[in-house]
Amino acid sequence: MSGYDRALSVFSPDGHVFQVEYAMEAVKRGTCAVGVKGKDIVVLGCEKRSALKLQDTRITPSKIAMVDDHVCLAFAGLNADARILIDKARLEAQSHRLTVEDPVTIEYITKHIASVQQRYTQSGGVRPFGISTLVVGFDKNDGTPRLYQTEPSGIYSAWKANAIGRSSKTVREFLERNHQEDMDREQTIQLTIKSLLEVVQTGAKNIEVAIMAPGQRVEMLPDDQIESYVKSIETEKQEEAAKKKTARGGTTTAAILTRPGGESAE
Amino acid sequence: MRGPTIIKAEDDKTRALNNHTLMAFSGEAGDTVQFAEYIQANIQLYTMRNDSELSTPAVGNFIRGELARSLRSRSPYTVNLLLGGVDPATEQPHLYWIDYLASLAPVPYAAHGYAQYYCLSLLDKHHNPNINLEEGMKLLEMCTDELKRRLPIDYKGVLVKVVTKDGVTEVPFDNDKVVRAA
Repeated sequence: MSGYDRALSVFSPDGHVFQVEYAMEAVKRGTCAVGVKGKDIVVLGCEKRSALKLQDTRITPSKIAMVDDHVCLAFAGLNADARILIDKARLEAQSHRLTVEDPVTIEYITKHIASVQQRYTQSGGVRPFGISTLVVGFDKNDGTPRLYQTEPSGIYSAWKANAIGRSSKTVREFLERNHQEDMDREQTIQLTIKSLLEVVQTGAKNIEVAIMAPGQRVEMLPDDQIESYVKSIETEKQEEAAKKKTARGGTTTAAILTRPGGESAE
Repeated sequence: MRGPTIIKAEDDKTRALNNHTLMAFSGEAGDTVQFAEYIQANIQLYTMRNDSELSTPAVGNFIRGELARSLRSRSPYTVNLLLGGVDPATEQPHLYWIDYLASLAPVPYAAHGYAQYYCLSLLDKHHNPNINLEEGMKLLEMCTDELKRRLPIDYKGVLVKVVTKDGVTEVPFDNDKVVRAA
């Protein structure tokens, strides 16, 4: 023990605040969440922890929450911490409506959430929030999709597509390779689910998807639709793999075709 | 036209609390809007927090509680309210009469202010439990006719909103109709 991680508001000599870094570690252990912006749509996808046999899934809270009618939030990290933070955001959203008669902008509420997270890194007697959030939605009378991320340290940033939580690096790299400008609804949903499938092995039953469009309420994608997306993505993948196999078989040597799994080519 | 007694004739003195609940208010000018919007924000906050819409009776009792708290504070709100709503599940209509002393009464018809002295007798006589929208609008017109005849100030008419299970809609109402004294 170096002693620099006892109290929250103490720097280590090389400039680290360890408690904040531990909080970021908690985020990395949380289930994955993805946000993707399209042309006039923004989609959130979450990895759902599979329910135990006797658990009542109807009343188990989701990782996607509404902050206001036009603001949707997904998080990765400690569920219990998220509840508190979401509640603070909801209160601010309504308080903002009451004081200025306008709904919050997505940037404003993100900034608020980030400020709360920052405050919990610099006050006594508290610990930081062990969560990162993705905040999505549309501002009033504006068709531009918004996607922001916040971190335990209080940093917030805007993205075209991003992932947080477990294996977020893999998913982010996948998004970097596959994200295009001006995607339509179908493409955006597909990319969201496809990127999640990079890290979610169990498929459709462990994925939840929320869709936001301008001036509309959130749409939670029904399970059967997620399932059909997953199926079409899987067949697409298989077809691609098959194509690669045949294309290679004609031109390259057998040595390359041999896979480490012991599966022989011919 | 503006004057010392009337600043805005067509002022909308209602706030929708959720999809199927409407609150109308009268009272001290600043208090009314402040209180109504405070209630509106809190109902919406409850809906966001719990992911469920409050029923009209629940809203009514919440408002009563807030008014009772305000009444015992240093500066109470002077607001009288009418709360109307339709439960979307049961399609049951509700109407509550609420005053600044935190009385809450479920009633079949209601009025606040000076106008109620002219309207309530008409409502007593002509209302029945199975009244439909068309008959209701007729009865409302009887009330406004009466107000045009007898109200000591220059009566400017009404803004009419209807709450059904499908939501709140404003309905057109002829406020320029000339009423001859009987």
